[in-house]
Amino acid sequence: MQFQLSYKRYGAQAILIEWPAKINVEILHDVLGFKRKIDEQYINLNVQIIHAYCSILIDYKINNFNYNRELEMLQQLYGSKPENTVNTFNRWKIPVCYEAPFAMDLESLSKSKGLSKEDIIDRHIQGKYTVYFIGFLPGFLYLGGLDPLLHTPRRATPRLEIEKGAVAIGGIQTGIYPFNSPGGWHVIGNSPIHFFDATKKQPCFAKAGDEIEFVRISAKQYRDTKILADAKVYQLESEVIHD
Amino acid sequence: MIKVIDPGFFSTIQDMGRYGVQGFGIPRSGVMDRYASGLVNALLGNPKGAPVLEITMVGPVLEFITPTLICISGALMQPALNGDPIDNNSVIAVGEGDILSFGKLKKGFRSYLGVLGGFQTEFILGSYSMYKAITEQASLAKGDTLHSAQKQDIDMEGHSKLRVNTSYLNTSVIEVYKGPEFDNLSLAQQKRLFSRSYTISKNNSRMAYQLEEPIKNELNPIITSPVLPGTVQLTPSGQLIILMRDCQTTGGYPRVLQLKAASDDILSQKFTGEQIKFNLITI
Repeated sequence: MQFQLSYKRYGAQAILIEWPAKINVEILHDVLGFKRKIDEQYINLNVQIIHAYCSILIDYKINNFNYNRELEMLQQLYGSKPENTVNTFNRWKIPVCYEAPFAMDLESLSKSKGLSKEDIIDRHIQGKYTVYFIGFLPGFLYLGGLDPLLHTPRRATPRLEIEKGAVAIGGIQTGIYPFNSPGGWHVIGNSPIHFFDATKKQPCFAKAGDEIEFVRISAKQYRDTKILADAKVYQLESEVIHD
Repeated sequence: MIKVIDPGFFSTIQDMGRYGVQGFGIPRSGVMDRYASGLVNALLGNPKGAPVLEITMVGPVLEFITPTLICISGALMQPALNGDPIDNNSVIAVGEGDILSFGKLKKGFRSYLGVLGGFQTEFILGSYSMYKAITEQASLAKGDTLHSAQKQDIDMEGHSKLRVNTSYLNTSVIEVYKGPEFDNLSLAQQKRLFSRSYTISKNNSRMAYQLEEPIKNELNPIITSPVLPGTVQLTPSGQLIILMRDCQTTGGYPRVLQLKAASDDILSQKFTGEQIKFNLITI
């Protein structure tokens, strides 16, 4: 399906492409499809293409950037026949320990939602989450698909430091902090695996369009997994899915 | 080789930053003042964008273990070699055991120190730029040893031909384009952006500069979307935030203005309490 896109010049050397302001998987896959076409089109040019929920930003590091010329090319490109390639995505099983001391906001969340702690954990585990894009921090996955019953406004006062691996809920989203960071989300668990490795050419294992499932592990399993993950020998479970 | 006796307030190695990896959530990083750092490399005959030391507010004390050539540009921080004042924007030979120190900040906020060949620290994801979570080291620390890249020929030719213009240190006019959400602002808000001066708040860093004076704002946040260094965001509480080199790759606040590249350099040399004024330009 084709959407009504808007194109805007963003500063002197960039173009912003916007889809209707909605968060859904259909738009995501249209964004990713167009991004693949643009990637191919600009393969020999020094441009950087990043996307978010319903937008693509093309940042041109070229001399003689001509906005109107690129705009016309992009508009034609969007309408062109889609590629025939099959795109492969992965579903990753992310181990999470929902016990103390990690689940520091589970109790307060349980009270404010009127749901038992077990119920919150179950609903969190049952979710199938789509990776929309990576942003905020290196390796931070923007995930869609949180059970509406778990939607919770961010904390009024952010914490100065949320621990690496923290699994948290903020607004309509859930996510994992890849590094220690200030943050206003409600922490309900922690994952012992690493979401970002700067020494790798592909520093993140997950990519936009992949899916995430959370798998509940005990404190003992957490410790064992963490040892393997820290030694970079932990094998994350995953399966291939197609769009 | 250079020994760090005292790192100063906040000193980092920077080059032109990381490009092409923002899709992993990695900030661009790189020098805040591209004019000054470019000048340092040009004067030294280094490759364009060679790693330099970005010095913030209070300079370091450095001891040279091996002889080299150095050059300092950007903020005026009263640099001295073995206690004798030296000039910005000139190439200076240093010998074994020489001590480089800095005095009081006179003008600007960030100085750039270049060495012959450029600094050589951890190279990761296409850049030497230090950034917490990417490089092992987030900034210079006491006792560090810095290395410079080998450079074959010392080329002192032609440097005098460079025209140095430091007038940007004295200007407070920040040239901006309309940002993607500029047209969502009311006319009164648009007028207010350009009709008054804004004060840089104490929340200013390589990541972002916040401005003191709020703008009455009823705009809704946007669905998180890509941002660029130089983007001016308007928060729900009416605060203006100018994103800088270490900014996040995406954001959810309306992007009302976008700085012209050369204005990044001007702003990089401003600090808490200083005033700026936006001037709207068209491309």
